[in-house]
Amino acid sequence: MNTGDEMTTTTRAQDPIEASIDPSPATLPPRIVPVGPGRTADDARTGSPDVAGVAAMPKVAAEAVSITYGTKLAVRDVSLEVPERSILALIGPSGSGKSTFLRCFNRMNDLIPGARVTGQVRLDGIGLMDPDVSVVELRRRVGMVFQRPNPFPMSIYDNVAYGPRRRGASDRAQLDELVERSLTRAALWTEVKDDLRRKSGLALSGGQQQRLCIARVLATEPEVILMDEPASALDPISTLRVEELMRELRELYTIIIVTHNMQQAARVSDRTAFFNMGEDRAGYLVELDDTRTLFTNPKNQLTEDYVSGRFG
Amino acid sequence: MAVVGEAAGLAGLHVRPALRDRLDLPRRVVFLAAASMVAIVFVLLGFIAWQGVQLFVQNGYPIGSVISTTWSPQDAPISFGVLPFVAGTIGVTGVAVLISAPLSIGLALFLSEVAPRWARAVVQPALEIFVGIPSVVWGWLGLTILVPFLRTNLNGLGFTLGFSWFAGSLVLSIMILPTITTITYDAFRAVPQDLRTGSLALGTTRWQTIRHILLPAARAGTLTAIVLGLTRAAGEALAVQMVIGNRPTMPTSLTQPMTTLTSQITLDMGNTVFGAPDNNVLWTMGLILLAISMIAVLLIRKLNRSGGRR
Amino acid sequence: MSAPSQARGALRGTSGRTIVADRAATVVLWALGGFVLLLLGAIILHFVIASIGVVSPSFIFGDPSDTELGGVGPLLWNSVYMLVLAMLIAVPLGILAGIYMSEYAGDNRVTDTIRFAEEAISSVPSIVVGLFGLIAFVNLTHWGFTALGGALALTLFNLPLMARLSEQALRAVPADERSASLALGATKWQTIRHVVLPLAIPGIVTGIILTAGRVFGEAAALLFTAGLSTPTGYNFGNLNIFDPKSPWSPFRPATTLSVYIWKTNSEGLSQFAAQIGDGASALLLGSVLIFNLGARFLGRILTRRLTAA
Ligand SMILES: Nc1ncnc2c1ncn2[C@@H]1O[C@H](COP(=O)(O)OP(=O)(O)OP(=O)(O)O)[C@@H](O)[C@H]1O
Ligand SMILES: [Mg+2]
Repeated sequence: MNTGDEMTTTTRAQDPIEASIDPSPATLPPRIVPVGPGRTADDARTGSPDVAGVAAMPKVAAEAVSITYGTKLAVRDVSLEVPERSILALIGPSGSGKSTFLRCFNRMNDLIPGARVTGQVRLDGIGLMDPDVSVVELRRRVGMVFQRPNPFPMSIYDNVAYGPRRRGASDRAQLDELVERSLTRAALWTEVKDDLRRKSGLALSGGQQQRLCIARVLATEPEVILMDEPASALDPISTLRVEELMRELRELYTIIIVTHNMQQAARVSDRTAFFNMGEDRAGYLVELDDTRTLFTNPKNQLTEDYVSGRFG
Repeated sequence: MAVVGEAAGLAGLHVRPALRDRLDLPRRVVFLAAASMVAIVFVLLGFIAWQGVQLFVQNGYPIGSVISTTWSPQDAPISFGVLPFVAGTIGVTGVAVLISAPLSIGLALFLSEVAPRWARAVVQPALEIFVGIPSVVWGWLGLTILVPFLRTNLNGLGFTLGFSWFAGSLVLSIMILPTITTITYDAFRAVPQDLRTGSLALGTTRWQTIRHILLPAARAGTLTAIVLGLTRAAGEALAVQMVIGNRPTMPTSLTQPMTTLTSQITLDMGNTVFGAPDNNVLWTMGLILLAISMIAVLLIRKLNRSGGRR
Repeated sequence: MSAPSQARGALRGTSGRTIVADRAATVVLWALGGFVLLLLGAIILHFVIASIGVVSPSFIFGDPSDTELGGVGPLLWNSVYMLVLAMLIAVPLGILAGIYMSEYAGDNRVTDTIRFAEEAISSVPSIVVGLFGLIAFVNLTHWGFTALGGALALTLFNLPLMARLSEQALRAVPADERSASLALGATKWQTIRHVVLPLAIPGIVTGIILTAGRVFGEAAALLFTAGLSTPTGYNFGNLNIFDPKSPWSPFRPATTLSVYIWKTNSEGLSQFAAQIGDGASALLLGSVLIFNLGARFLGRILTRRLTAA
């Protein structure tokens, strides 16, 4: 669980309602964010220093994002910000557009015929919907772990080295080291180190496969990791391991995780966003708050009903 | 009462099935229809094998006599070397596949990975029409368009091309294009979508995903397609015969006329007397063709098994 | 611990080697799609142009001639005749075999053997099928070159295709339909006959037409079974099917249009060989298009009617 100390590093008190009706953030220049989340860590890695020491730029932000499939509105007008090195959990009933929304942070919606995203999504203030953004580079910086583990039909080693190799990494020693580091961080190293090259990624158990997929993402050295119900296909023990892993990863990465499991959201995340389906069956953001606040003292009746298990 | 009812019910279930049901005539009939294919294979193999060895049995030629590069069925010294034909078949087929395989695999990739729905809706029917175009029509096109074109337009390159190995391979490559394309396409479609999204989400380009995920995953299917293309090309008779020049010597150059097993059978079967050595050797060639196609069938089975296991 | 050198490009911008390679590949793949369409378009256009001044009613229905352009009437007739004859044998047999493979075949050696035979026959080169026909239906039977011999040879190499297409069509029928019928107490055969088969009809019809297109264009298997003579002067009033002179008789040589194209070229007797070849090829190509469109059209109509009913 998060300690109070950890909590100070993350946002508080940004009224979710206010966030969702934020007037026109899309028109703002990238580096000046009026209501920035309080933040401590400086960050040389992303090169985004605090502006005038007043407010730090959020790592990722969605500004009035709406997403349609053909004519069906799936996500309506969602705005939110995620501070660097924190975990945001997205919860909500099935069909409320969580996965759809998550996919706009690495533009995976581009791959779905008929899907259209409006609004703006920002990474370090850069508008990701801009036409000159390289989705390939974007997806290297914003990794994704899927609901169903999807290791490639190749050895464990090749699975992890896949991303770096595609970026031109070929030095054997460096790759070896990167693979070991990524697998270690994904808490899989000790289990697989003896047959890294012989064993196929497909020959692992479900939980191991998912950790392999996480290692695969870590090896591409992303800044943000998106996880869409990463533990839903796993048994309780594997789930616990993956959750443990997420808490460790929080030290280094910004993470957005979709989960149906409210205990999981409570256990791993700093902040939680509750999505719901409106009358028109389009998903929207109801409330976003500190995880603890959202679960213990939600502002919105719908949220309260949902987290207390009265619907959903 | 209850007891009686139960007894009656049981009796009903235990009644001896009617004779009609016991015979299950429909089952027997459909089985015979399916099994007829097995019979056909045996009879066909038997007949062709029987006639294919008559050169050695009936005409008394030693088996080694056909393993020669000299074809001289009429002029002494008579020699029935079939190697020019075997080499020709292998050569023309091999080059055809070398041309066709990259094009077909690319086309399959286009259809499965790149083409929007409308483009697929146009290209796929076009390919189906290609499959349906009879081989004599391909031969006719080769004869009246391709060969004159090669002859008049490529002379500047320093060699003459007309009826040639190259012309034969080119015609064949177009003929097998739809075969290889469709089967490879199916293999690509069978690759789980998860793998594509997984790769793309790691920040790779579509081409990298194709090269490093899709092609390896569809390897068995692609090989099957290529073997089928090879078989089809090796067995093709008329189209090849019409453009290849039919010179019964070992193939020397892509620009020169050559011959194949099928061409020779097509040309000479009607001009020789059944049972004579120069006729029987044609049956030997037929047997070789049949053996090639049977080996291909076995190979494809093997490929499919190994592909299915993974 | 030093990280390996992973090139980190700018988030904005669309250059870089991998991106360029991706673009290039996309262009090449599109070009291939375009190539196929262009090639088909060019072939069709070529035959449209080539048939101008050649294909006319007198060409389609007239007799061949050595001294003038003549026609291909009897050859076209033979093609159609052989087609019907071959399909009369192959279609029922193929459907029955398909029923066995889809409805009865278990996962055992017998099925495996039949499946293997199916694949084996499909891959026998058609010229070898012709050779087999020469022994089986010409020499052994003492029939000589006959339409029936040719049709039997055609049946042989179409049977596996017909069987497979029927099997596929039957397998596509949802399992629910079968269990619903069986649950009502229908026997297996009643279920197949009254539930499964009707639902598979659109697929089977499409299969029949595609097979028919193949039969119509086949030549190599017919060279040594149906013969290479040039027929003239068919008297369609002669309905005696046992009279070898009657165009209705299966026991007469029957050169088809495809065989005729090859023969015209290889024998080169007529000074009009080029026009005849072009015209006949155009007719063949036209039939292919008709078969193809017909299969699509009929398949769609039947599906609509059956699903609506
Ligand atoms: N590829 C797609 N094409 C069309 N509609 C889609 C597609 N994916 C999702 N939708 C629709 O968009 C809406 C939101 O779906 P989404 O998968 O984002 O919901 P979710 O909140 O992730 O649900 P779950 O909790 O079940 O995963 C749903 O109504 C769904 O039917
Ligand atoms: Mg979801």
